[in-house]
Amino acid sequence: MNAIIFYLLSAAAVFSTLMAISRRELIHAVVYLVLSFFSLGLIFFMMGAPLIAALEVLIYAGAIMVLFLFIVMMLEMGAAKIPLTPFWKVWGPAVVIAAVILFSMSLLFLGTPQTPLSPMTAFISPRQFGQALYTKYYLAVEAASLLLLFALVGALYLGKRDNP
Amino acid sequence: MMPPFSYVLVLSAILFGLGVVCVAVRRNLIMILIGVEIIINAAGLAFVAGSLRWNMPDGQIFVLFLAAMAASEVSVGLAMIVYLHRRKKTVNIDHFDEMKG
Repeated sequence: MNAIIFYLLSAAAVFSTLMAISRRELIHAVVYLVLSFFSLGLIFFMMGAPLIAALEVLIYAGAIMVLFLFIVMMLEMGAAKIPLTPFWKVWGPAVVIAAVILFSMSLLFLGTPQTPLSPMTAFISPRQFGQALYTKYYLAVEAASLLLLFALVGALYLGKRDNP
Repeated sequence: MMPPFSYVLVLSAILFGLGVVCVAVRRNLIMILIGVEIIINAAGLAFVAGSLRWNMPDGQIFVLFLAAMAASEVSVGLAMIVYLHRRKKTVNIDHFDEMKG
């Protein structure tokens, strides 16, 4: 059962990534990539990583892709010359992928007690995760925070209007 | 039952290959950044699979650091794209082939 869900989700991930890298309009590519990240997040959930699954949806599908959309719309590269194609031609594949993801998500979360939902062989709870993160890898956490600070400063510097 | 470890690695390799193709083929700077995102995600999938395989949280922790790295890379990269677009009014990399713009 879980294997079937895994195959469904991996097919959805590969197909939506394929659609994303072959789109001409950037906005369509970004939306397909969001679908790909959602299916990857569900795969992470199946593999005993609930915290990473949540972070995948929050950081990748939420924050980073919205940043991409924001820049695409700010630079006005999309929507300039999109021909008027039929509705299903543009949105059909995305709707199919989203239906597959929703179907497997409902299977995962509404599993009957006999077939327990996502019976991981190994399950790492957020508590274990945080304990390992802040004892074994506390130096790496500091390094990551410095990296984020430097990225913030660099982005601010590059975005200044009166750059030489 | 979860599918075997090797299947997850195959999925990760396919996604990685798609990201490399996106970086190598597309001529748009934003699509190149998207390809890098796909590559980072494929690497994270391999990390999570290893974490499940050996029952250790270390792989998942590295996915967290990958997310931090991807976020900083994207913010600086997009700021550079905005800067380049302000200079040359385009994001096609074929127009950025000289050192002194």
